[in-house]
Amino acid sequence: MSGTFTKAMARNIFYGGAVFFFLLLVALSFDTMSGLPKSDNRANLTESVLRGKHIWETRNCIGCHTLLGEGAYFAPELGNVYPRRGGEFIKAWIKSQPTGTPGRRQMPQFNFTEQELDDIVAFLKYTSEINTQKWPPNIEG
Amino acid sequence: MKYSSQSVAMPYFIAAIGLFVGQIIFGLAMGLQYVVGDFLFPEIPFNVARMVHTNLLIVWLLFGFMGATYFLVPEEAETELYSPKLALAMFWIFLVAGAATILGYLLVPYSTLAEMTGNNILATMGREFLEQPLLTKIGIVIVALAFLFNITMTLLKGRKTVISIVLLMGLWGLAIFFLFSFYNPGNLVKDKFYWWWVVHLWVEGVWELIMAAILAFVLIKVTGVDREVIEKWLYVIITLALVTGLIGTGHHYFWIGTPGYWQWLGSVFSALEPIPFFAMTVFAFNMVNRRRREHPNKAAVLWALGTGVMAFLGAGVWGFLHTLAPVNYYTHGSQITAAHGHMAFYGAYVLVVLTMISYAMPLLRGRAANDERAQVCEMWGFWLMTISMVFITLFLTAAGILQVWLQRVSDTPMPFMAVQDQVSLFYWMRLWAGVVFAAGLVTYLASFFVKGESKPLIHA
Repeated sequence: MSGTFTKAMARNIFYGGAVFFFLLLVALSFDTMSGLPKSDNRANLTESVLRGKHIWETRNCIGCHTLLGEGAYFAPELGNVYPRRGGEFIKAWIKSQPTGTPGRRQMPQFNFTEQELDDIVAFLKYTSEINTQKWPPNIEG
Repeated sequence: MKYSSQSVAMPYFIAAIGLFVGQIIFGLAMGLQYVVGDFLFPEIPFNVARMVHTNLLIVWLLFGFMGATYFLVPEEAETELYSPKLALAMFWIFLVAGAATILGYLLVPYSTLAEMTGNNILATMGREFLEQPLLTKIGIVIVALAFLFNITMTLLKGRKTVISIVLLMGLWGLAIFFLFSFYNPGNLVKDKFYWWWVVHLWVEGVWELIMAAILAFVLIKVTGVDREVIEKWLYVIITLALVTGLIGTGHHYFWIGTPGYWQWLGSVFSALEPIPFFAMTVFAFNMVNRRRREHPNKAAVLWALGTGVMAFLGAGVWGFLHTLAPVNYYTHGSQITAAHGHMAFYGAYVLVVLTMISYAMPLLRGRAANDERAQVCEMWGFWLMTISMVFITLFLTAAGILQVWLQRVSDTPMPFMAVQDQVSLFYWMRLWAGVVFAAGLVTYLASFFVKGESKPLIHA
């Protein structure tokens, strides 16, 4: 850390490195954005899916569940819940909460309309069809 | 304390510690909910407790960063703060807005809170760590801008040291990347992609600048080592942090619908991410070993060394543990992630804020260091919290390994909830470790009230 390696050199490497790698991140992000249409299932982004995402967010589902592995780890992964359980099961499950079993983890009752339940299912179906590089490893999420 | 305006740091530090207590209370409640699932249900469901736990953490760390900045910058710039009044006004605005937000989470259903606060105009809520209502997010931006204005003006009229410049770059970065929290496209992949521009570029990017600058400041003060040496180290550390951390963002882009090349980029660069944290550890020990004075505040030295070690373990080692794509394929979104999150946040950001508080608080109270007995009490707090955090991390890691095995690796994968039952022993152990952590926090709080002879003020 001493001798020929001066503070000015350290400073220049910092600014050079930071700018270079930030620009590289920006460039890679542009490249990612241009490649997304092939993997992000945008063709199926219907109005119903968008309403479903809004419901997902405004009930703070991410506070217990993971979605594509991100979120809380208190309740099951929902990125692949559609292929795992199917739409009718998902709706029936949400409607029957909370189970009230003593000592078990509980999910709140949100009193959704049929339309809202369909929107949630549409959102989860859309999510399950995103190309996630074969994640999760199996259907249990 | 050399400049009277540094005293605005005091309320920030007190608020930080107060909110820290709140964070731990909700952490304990969640720890219990993991094993007694219906605890506090339906009054405080897990998602609400978690939101309070994580949001309080973020807010108290921000209070800590701001307090640290108000203490550090006038001393480094050798001038009074541009506007102490603005700093105090922003303190109250931030505290009231923060408290109102937490009360909103606790008292109003989240969807009602969303409707009341303009989420239908611009939907930003309901994403992990960015759950704050639109109004709170706007408030955060206003407070951050006023704070940055105040600090930048102070720096402009004073001496511009490397430490304060690096700190300010980190803080500006913090404010700028927070703006991505307002971008919430309907396309889930894009949403997730840019969500990390807040979360990752904060904690594995600009926050590391803030952390390194605060640590460098305290090390100069407590060791008396030549500023030139410390500043060179500072540049090297933050270079390593950004060179590895920026493209290291890619370790979040493995499985969210982004192209496959991120698995290579993310793996390679994030495998290097422990290096800046290791450098920070070496830096802290090196400076303390080369110290030119015995600073009377031994507790502050302990916190500083603890920051180096625990940040390396939590962010560096536990991060590396699951960052390579072939490993992450199995561990993604498991209790391994939770283990890493706990120790990394504690080791890097909790400890650096407490390091600064430990150094600055006695000075703000008019003495160089606290009485011996108060320091011993404070150091007991350090050890209890730090060791119990190590155990929290180990128990969560054990739970995570089992979970990954039973649910993802095994030939006969079990459903999520069945696996949770299987690993509940480790959740109980984590809860008890959490209780010890809370005892450590109480010990730490008690150290502020231990009376005794105080060391006379010396000028560093």
